[in-house]
Amino acid sequence: MRAPTSPARAPERLTRWLVTLPPTLFLVVFFLVPAVIMAAASFRQPGEFGGLAPLAQGGLGLEAYRFVFEDVIYAWILAKSFAVAGLTTALCLLLAYPLALLIARSPRRRRNLLVLLVILPFASNLLIRVYAWIIILGPLNLLYSPVAVIAGMVYVHLPFMILPLYTNLEKHDPALLEAAQDLGAGTWTRFRRVTLPLSLPGILSGSALVFIPVLGMFAIPELLGGTGDLLIGNLIKEQFLDNRDWPLGATLSLLLTVAVLAVAAITAGFARRRKEAP
Amino acid sequence: MALLEIRNVTKRFGSLEAVKEVSIAIEAGEFFTLLGPSGCGKTTILRMIAGFDAPDEGELFLDGRPLSGIPPEKRPVHTVFQSYALFPHLTVAGNIAFPLEMAGKSRDEIRRRVNETLALVHLEDKGGAYPDELSGGQKQRVALARGLVNRPRLLLLDEPLGALDAKLRERMQVELIALQREVGVTFVFVTHAQQEALALSHRIAVMKEGRVEQLDVPEVLYSSPRNRFVANFIGTINLIDVEVREASRQGLRLAAAGLGEIAAPPQAGATAGARGTLALRPEHIRLSPPSEKPELKNHFAGTIREYLYLGDVTVYKVALDNEVLLEALATNGAPGRARFHEIGDRVNVAWRHDAGAYLAS
Repeated sequence: MRAPTSPARAPERLTRWLVTLPPTLFLVVFFLVPAVIMAAASFRQPGEFGGLAPLAQGGLGLEAYRFVFEDVIYAWILAKSFAVAGLTTALCLLLAYPLALLIARSPRRRRNLLVLLVILPFASNLLIRVYAWIIILGPLNLLYSPVAVIAGMVYVHLPFMILPLYTNLEKHDPALLEAAQDLGAGTWTRFRRVTLPLSLPGILSGSALVFIPVLGMFAIPELLGGTGDLLIGNLIKEQFLDNRDWPLGATLSLLLTVAVLAVAAITAGFARRRKEAP
Repeated sequence: MALLEIRNVTKRFGSLEAVKEVSIAIEAGEFFTLLGPSGCGKTTILRMIAGFDAPDEGELFLDGRPLSGIPPEKRPVHTVFQSYALFPHLTVAGNIAFPLEMAGKSRDEIRRRVNETLALVHLEDKGGAYPDELSGGQKQRVALARGLVNRPRLLLLDEPLGALDAKLRERMQVELIALQREVGVTFVFVTHAQQEALALSHRIAVMKEGRVEQLDVPEVLYSSPRNRFVANFIGTINLIDVEVREASRQGLRLAAAGLGEIAAPPQAGATAGARGTLALRPEHIRLSPPSEKPELKNHFAGTIREYLYLGDVTVYKVALDNEVLLEALATNGAPGRARFHEIGDRVNVAWRHDAGAYLAS
């Protein structure tokens, strides 16, 4: 009955294939193929007027990689981007947690309205919202500074932290808090021993949803940051649009992808270990 | 002095009076049960003892000291919740250790007492398991262990057996009695299952619409219910409309329309001429073939209308000649002979002169 090859299950398997085929195809064509092209481009030579040099002329080589690893500035910018992403994630978490908790504990009928308010900013364009920050920060003499970059990053990404946290916190059984109180836990202990550990999955997914996009973000640092606030996202964009060094851009974005995957793997490993801990 | 005294407590939720002027005194070491249908206020009383709700009027005293103003976390009272409310992120041992950690016990003491308590509830090998890896009965035991481990003055149990299947329920009832006897903690148990209440409790308060209808030991509640509600709620009972002919210290002489005279045990407050109800348990009624001469004082002729064979017993519905329908219970004591009477059989219906209880209402 549970043999997957039984004829009774054949239509079910066909359905499964039909359902998964379109997204799979889409991802192969628009994600996997470009990624492979990008990886291949990193080994080629830049063309004279941008793009890539013909393969017969330039051949394959590791010039772009040598260039990146020889100059410490690239590692420095990558490290700085990680620091900005880390700080943004931490600030988002600090701001989002109380708000998500508040929404999760408000009356059921009001929750949907509050969630709607959280996602309302998405109704207007990202660039317009960032330009609004220029108007706010200009008179405060904070424009074109790291503070401005962080403020913009936190502002744009806050909903991505609030929503997974809310989704998690809303599912907590209120009886657990009553049980903890009944067994002698005060307000702060109840949060530290029950709510916080139970919300770890929400914290992890919210952090990933903020950290990873911030790492590659170039619009906000470009608009709000000064010339010294170049991040890895800006650097990659520059190679493709301004410097016309596609192989260098491809190399940098490949390195960024590897770094993000490493972070994701570490996070996933951390989450799994917590679950298995005796 | 009572361990817990509930004095004239009233609790309102909006316009609804959930608990009305309830006074109960619970003694140390007692297994006390609040029994009643859902919405009778029993859980509200439990929540007031735990501290989650505050009475609008009246006061609760623990060891003679008023409880008002003391938050739940400061009361030496623990609760076993209906849903168990085990912490899913902690192991069984972690759950049981929780109240000890809150009380600031040393690491060594916590380890020792967690192990002792695991043994007490027969879960020695489950300390490292997470709640979602346990069966319903095991979760139940962990919840009990967690409530008992720090030896509260009172353990409150809110329908803790409600989620278990019938067989397991019976086994847990036996374990619960043994456990309470062993640890000596006072239990306040809330249930709507009358059989469970009879089986477990030292004393039972039967509740209805926020009031205590009767508070007594199980056998008195069962044999001498004070009114129709208690009589109906606990067990099955036959109710016969009667008029009191004569009341004396020896007993009552009652008259039922179309039946004649019935002898019943004495009842304080019953006076000649009063109208009321005779409550009679099915197991007190004896059926016999008309050929046998009835030996009991109360005997009437009837006809078998229906029967329900339950294995150990058979329940007969028998109509008396005045069309009053009674339920009679016969134990199937002889092997191979499950039923003694068939539908339509004429039978003698008899009960002792000291069986039943006269209810004024």
